[in-house]
Amino acid sequence: MPEKTYRDALKEGLREEMLRDERVFIMGEDIGRNWGGAFKVTKGLAEEFGDDRVRDTPISENAIAGAALGAAITGMIPVAEIMFGDLITLAMDQVCNQAAKLRYMFGGQTSVPLVLRSVFGGGKNLASHHSQSLEAWFMHTPGLKIAVPSFAYDAKGLIKTAIRDPDPVMFFEHKLVYDRKEEVPDEEYLIPFGKARVHREGDDVTIWGTFLMVHKAIEAADELAKQGISTEVIDPRTLVPLDKRTLIDSVKKTGRLVLVTEETKTGATTAEIAAIVQEEAFDWLDAPIKRVNAPDTPVPFSPPLEQAFIPDKDRIISAVREIV
Amino acid sequence: MVSTSKPLSGVTLGGAQKLSVGQANYIMAVTKKKLVDLYTRTLKVRLFEEKVWDLFGENLVPGTLHLYLGQEAVAAGVTAALKKSDWVQSTHRGHGHVVAKGADMNAALAELLGKRTGSCKGKGGSMHITEFKAGVLGATGVVASGLPIAAGAALSCQMRATKEVVACFFGDGASNNGTFGESLNLSAIWKLPVIWIVENNFYAMGTPIALTCPSQSIAQRAEAYCIPSCVVDGNNAVEVYEATIEAVKRARKGGGPSLIECQTYRMRGHSRFDPAKYRPKEEVDFWLSKDAVETIQNIALEKKALTKKEAKDIRRKLQKEVDNAADFAVKSEYPEPQEVLDDVFAGVA
Repeated sequence: MPEKTYRDALKEGLREEMLRDERVFIMGEDIGRNWGGAFKVTKGLAEEFGDDRVRDTPISENAIAGAALGAAITGMIPVAEIMFGDLITLAMDQVCNQAAKLRYMFGGQTSVPLVLRSVFGGGKNLASHHSQSLEAWFMHTPGLKIAVPSFAYDAKGLIKTAIRDPDPVMFFEHKLVYDRKEEVPDEEYLIPFGKARVHREGDDVTIWGTFLMVHKAIEAADELAKQGISTEVIDPRTLVPLDKRTLIDSVKKTGRLVLVTEETKTGATTAEIAAIVQEEAFDWLDAPIKRVNAPDTPVPFSPPLEQAFIPDKDRIISAVREIV
Repeated sequence: MVSTSKPLSGVTLGGAQKLSVGQANYIMAVTKKKLVDLYTRTLKVRLFEEKVWDLFGENLVPGTLHLYLGQEAVAAGVTAALKKSDWVQSTHRGHGHVVAKGADMNAALAELLGKRTGSCKGKGGSMHITEFKAGVLGATGVVASGLPIAAGAALSCQMRATKEVVACFFGDGASNNGTFGESLNLSAIWKLPVIWIVENNFYAMGTPIALTCPSQSIAQRAEAYCIPSCVVDGNNAVEVYEATIEAVKRARKGGGPSLIECQTYRMRGHSRFDPAKYRPKEEVDFWLSKDAVETIQNIALEKKALTKKEAKDIRRKLQKEVDNAADFAVKSEYPEPQEVLDDVFAGVA
C-alpha cells in the first residue's frame, strides 16, 4: 500500500468526493490556484475542478461560514475552509448560532450538510493568534459534529464521511501532522464517525488523546513498554459523536487513565472525558484520572516558551508513572 | 453624489424631502390583478399580526414578540415580485415575511403559541418562524445574521443554474453590522442573484438612526460595493413591488445584486412590552397617516382594480382564514417533554 502524507490523503478524499458529487465545492481564503491553501491541502484542485468549485473568498470569515450554510440548506455541499482555527472566532455566530441550531430551531425542516475545515495546534512559533486548540468550544455546542483526525489514513476516510454527512461537521486538522506519512489506500474507503482507533493495546494504563498528542502518546507507550508498562493508546477520531464504548471498555481493562491534548487545561475536552469516565466507570478506576494539558495561558511565541506550553512525551510518561 | 451632511431621521424622511440614490422608477404600470394581489398580501399580514396581538393579550403567546404591524407593504411588495420557488431570508421581525411568502397560517400561528403543530414543531417561536417549503430560509434572533446565509443561498442558485433569486430582509440596525459589508461585497464580486431589502424603520430598538448612521440613506452604502440601489416608500406596496421587479429581473439575467431601502415605521414598539415613548408624536402621527393597508387600498380603488365591495369581501375572507388559523393554533397540543431531544441531528450522532 502506498504511503501518503496527511496533507495528500486529505486532498485525495476531497478530490474523490468532488468527482463523485458535483454539488460538492470548496470555498475559503487563498485555497485556489494562486496559493492552494495556507497548508497546501487544496493545491491543484482549482486547476482540476475550476475556480467556481474551488472558490477563493475575501477575508470575511463570518460570510464564508454563513454563505456555506446558505448554500448547504439549498442543495449544495460546501466544504468551507477557515485558514486558522483561531479565526473561527470571527465566524462564531454563523457556526454556533446558525449552522449548529438551524435544524433544531426549525423543527427538522432542513438539514445542514456543511463541512467546515480548519487547523489547530502550536509548534510552529506562530504565537497566540495562530496556534490555539479550541475544539472544546464546539463540543459544547449541540448540533455540531467534530472530526479530529491525527493520521493520514483517518484524514482521508473521515473527510469523505464528513462530506456525505447530512449535518454540519467541524473538521479540525493539526499543523504538525500535515507532513506525517502513513499507508493510505488509493481506492475509496469511508471511516464511520464515532469509532475510535486503538493504536496500541495494553493492560496497565489507557492514554486517550487527540491530534499531535496521539503521536506523542504512541512514542510514550513505546518507551513505557521498555520499562515494563503496557499502555493502551486511544484516538477518538471524532469528538461528536464520541466513541465512549471503546474508552470505557479500555478503562475497565486497565483501571487507569491519562488524558492528553494540546488544549489549555480549564474546560478542555479532557475535562469532559474525565467526567464521562467517572460517571460510567468509576468503580473500575484504580487511580485518579490524570490530565496532561497546556497551561491556562495564551500560546507564547518564543521557542523555549512554546515548548514549555505544549505537552510532550516526557510529561505523558511522568503522568503515567504517577499512577502506575 | 449624495450629500452626507444630514443624518437620517424618521421625521425629515417622511416629509416632502424624498431621499434617493437613483430613485425607484415609480411608473404605476402595475396590472389590476397585481394591485389586488398587493392589497391582499398587505392586508393578510396586517390581519395576521392583529390576531397575534390579540392572542398575546390573552396571554397565549409565550416569550417575546416583534410585530410587523406598520411594515406590511414591504413584505407584500417584495414577495409579490417573487416566484414561489424563490427564497426569502427573514429577520427577528419575521411574521410578515413568512405569511406574505405564502406559508401556512395555521402552522405559523401554532408556532407562535409553541404548539407541536407549529411550522417548527414549537422549537422556534416568533424569532425563528420559518416555513422552508414556502421558500423561507429562516428567521433569526441575531440581527444581521441572515445576510451571509442569503448570499450563500444565492450562490447555490447561481451554481445550480436554477434562475431562482433570494430576497434578504434586514433592518436599518443590521446595516451597521460587519455581515452587511461582508455579504454585500460577496454578492457584488460573484454577481449573486440576491436582492438586499433594507426595512428602514428608523429605530434600532430604541436608538434613532440619526445616532448610528452618518449618511442620508442606507442605500448609499451600496454604492461602495458597486451595487445598484434605490430608496422607496416602504408603506406603499406598489413602490416596493416595482423596485423589486426591476431588481429580480437584473438578478435572474445574471446582472447581480441590488439593494432596495424601504422606508417604513413600526406601528408598535420594538417588542411586546415596549410602549415606544422615545418616538416624537409628530413623527408617529405622520407615519400612521401613511398606513400601508389604506395606501394600497386607495391605489387599488382609484385604479379601479377593486370595488369597495370587493375590498370588503377580500377582508372578510382573509379574516376568516386568520380566525380559523387562531382556532387551530389554540386547540393544538403542546409538544411532549421528550420532544426536546428531537431534531438536533439529521443523521446518527
